Amino acid sequence: MKLCQKHGLPIVPRGSGTNLAAGTTPSQGGVVLIFRNMNDIVELDEENLALTVQPGVLTEEIHQYVEEQGLFYPPDPSSGKISTIGGNISENSGGLRGLKYGVTKDYILALEVVLPNGDIVRTGGKLAKDVAGYDLKSLLVGSEGTLGIVTEATLKLIPKPFYKETMLAVYESLEDAAETVSAILANRIIPATLEFMDQGTIQVVEGYKQIGLPTDCEAILLIEQDGPKEIVEQDIEKMYSICKEYGALSLSKAVTEQEAEELTRARKDALSCLAYLSPTTILEDATVPRSKIAPMVREIKKVADKYDVRIHTFGHAGDGNLHPTCATDARDKEEMARVEEAFAEIFQIAVDMGGTITGEHGVGEMKAPYLEWKVGELGIEIMKAIKQAIDPNNIMNPGKVFAKSTKKRVVVSNV
Amino acid sequence: MSSAELQSRIQQGFQEEIEETKLLDCMRCGFCLPACPTYIHSNYDEAQSPRGRIALMKAVRDGDLPFDDSVEESLDLCLGCRACEPACPAGVEYGSLLESARNVIQKEKKQSVKEKVVRHAAFDHLFKDQQKMNRTAGMVKFYQRSGLQTLTRKMGILSFFPSVMKDMEKVLPRIEKNEVEKGVVYEGKRQNKKVAFFTGCLMEPMFSKTNEATVNLLQELGCDVWVPEHQVCCGALQGHSGELDKARENAKQNIESFLEMDVDYIVNNAGGCGAFLSEYDHLLKDEPELLEKAKAFSDKIIDITSLIYELGLTEKGLSYIGDKEITVTYQDSCHLRNVNLVKDEPREILKSIENVHFVDLKSADQCCGSAGIYNLVQPEMSIRILDNKMEDVESTHASIIITTNPGCLLQMKMGIERAGLSDQMEALHLVDFIQKYILEN
Repeated sequence: MKLCQKHGLPIVPRGSGTNLAAGTTPSQGGVVLIFRNMNDIVELDEENLALTVQPGVLTEEIHQYVEEQGLFYPPDPSSGKISTIGGNISENSGGLRGLKYGVTKDYILALEVVLPNGDIVRTGGKLAKDVAGYDLKSLLVGSEGTLGIVTEATLKLIPKPFYKETMLAVYESLEDAAETVSAILANRIIPATLEFMDQGTIQVVEGYKQIGLPTDCEAILLIEQDGPKEIVEQDIEKMYSICKEYGALSLSKAVTEQEAEELTRARKDALSCLAYLSPTTILEDATVPRSKIAPMVREIKKVADKYDVRIHTFGHAGDGNLHPTCATDARDKEEMARVEEAFAEIFQIAVDMGGTITGEHGVGEMKAPYLEWKVGELGIEIMKAIKQAIDPNNIMNPGKVFAKSTKKRVVVSNV
Repeated sequence: MSSAELQSRIQQGFQEEIEETKLLDCMRCGFCLPACPTYIHSNYDEAQSPRGRIALMKAVRDGDLPFDDSVEESLDLCLGCRACEPACPAGVEYGSLLESARNVIQKEKKQSVKEKVVRHAAFDHLFKDQQKMNRTAGMVKFYQRSGLQTLTRKMGILSFFPSVMKDMEKVLPRIEKNEVEKGVVYEGKRQNKKVAFFTGCLMEPMFSKTNEATVNLLQELGCDVWVPEHQVCCGALQGHSGELDKARENAKQNIESFLEMDVDYIVNNAGGCGAFLSEYDHLLKDEPELLEKAKAFSDKIIDITSLIYELGLTEKGLSYIGDKEITVTYQDSCHLRNVNLVKDEPREILKSIENVHFVDLKSADQCCGSAGIYNLVQPEMSIRILDNKMEDVESTHASIIITTNPGCLLQMKMGIERAGLSDQMEALHLVDFIQKYILEN
């Protein structure tokens, strides 16, 4: 870091490079730092329920390691099989369990970070309560490698929930599905998973996998609950009747692991099947308050029709984190321009509904021109002041988060 | 040819031979990385991963990167095990991309002398002409029987060769008289199915006992087994090394010979061959007049484990011949698992046998480093992979490691030898294991 600072060379930290928002693309040259060899699990502290790891450990390795000890690290980004914990921290990754358990930032107890000038700072500790000064670690989580480099992290663990049940509900209308989501939460149940697929996604998955999904229905919800057996059974029973009450056409419940796997397969295969459609797949993560899911999905469909592009939506219904996914072809410049316009409009609508341009993928370079729409001029100013204070020469992942110019707001009618 | 000229010819070749759409299918998500043995054993070098190799192919094709030694090394070092394909969420046809790239490089670039000699001897003669292959095997037999083998070993002549050759020499099977005759139909005990048997160019001379056991087992299970007379090597070794034209010639001859008679299945006992045979329709995609026949041929391909499983072997009440329980493990054939997606059948068969304790091998889904002629041309990486694998094998405490492909079988034998385990462990093909150790109750 000192050497790069001296020569003004950009540094781009990179985990496994899943790179959904071009966050690790070295677009201004410089040094790409890869952490795959800093991959030790340093310490499991069972008394403090804390795990200390190096940044190159894979998320899945952490899951396996702690679950063998009867413990649980909840954040489960869909890329967990390959993503590194360093990448998860830098992007503040979410996952399917976000609704009930929160995201990466909720499980970071302490960080060791190398600052752009080479100084090493330790922040946080194995503490449930700690109000000594500004919460630097929370600032660093999700900073996308623009402030410093995480070289060690202490994660918070919780006891592993030992029992889980899964169910799948099929809906004729989107609104029925959305009302079910609201009703479940209004009934004081927070399910571990509450996933959603729209009609387009259902049709594509069924087209490839032929697993018997009804292609004429508008939405499918995948619901899971975990915890002590009695409570799980009670919650599932209650959710079952809520689904029915709000118009579910059909309901399937799984108790064994194999049955559960059958039910979760469609949702797990969603991205993969959409990726089969065309050479280029653009996966976005516009997010809205959960009460806005139905109108948001309708709007996405309208926008896709307007720009004549193919966008299908699936995602985390419980927390409003949607994944509008576009099947396109990067070689078709004219279509790509329409895709860009469509997504700009989708981000705009999300922000107008009280949502955000990105729920879990990060801003990176792709969404930097839209950041101001969400955080406002003053928000950008404060963020830039922080960046300037810590990295005055802008060597840390330059060109990410902050754009040279903000995209003009799209005028969206009827929202 | 100057290097600039070579670079532009290879770029042009990539543009003509490698389909851009297939390259663009890669989303660069990296889900293939943990499945790739060379990525893992090169200390996580992105250039030695499928995602990296696709990026390199695309960069050369698009003219963003000149073709050079580092690109070639990256493509050479690929095992071609295709473990990345089942791991890929976007269905990238990596095997086909690699074959096309290697085909272009092979055409445009003269091979290194060492490889050229091996290639010429192997592809233009041995794998093309079964008689020559058998004669060569005959010489190996003479060498083994005459005492020359012992003499050579003692004199250490082999120490002049790379260590792999030395290890390989120790594990070469004794060449036996070939008992499975071509052009013959071996009648089954009952008549359930009629199958054609693909003998395999390596299996036939080197593992003739395995072929014999295969035919016997199928007869027992009620199959008429026809051994087409004019069959030749499947062409996999040529195809995977960028000699696609030679592979196509073999494919055409096999299609003609096997479609002479109507059968239920075309069965093979070598995972590598089976995968290649099942993709003849892809290999001959540019020859429309042959495509239908190629498809008819490929659709009938089945591997021996799937067939005996289908014929109800697991219901037969089999048991191990010894008094005490025996522990066995299984190393997948990469192409059987990753291309033909057969992974449960061999395991289920082993689990169904009384007094056989089956232990899953931790890294069974990862290549053993044999990979066609990979262990001869890339000995260093191959050995690194093998030695690592043997640590996992040892931890199973198995007395027998079972495989379903001759290349894997030789490699596992070599691994046992290298790990100094030859007094407590043997490697066997699944059908040999059944023939040697298993009885029907």
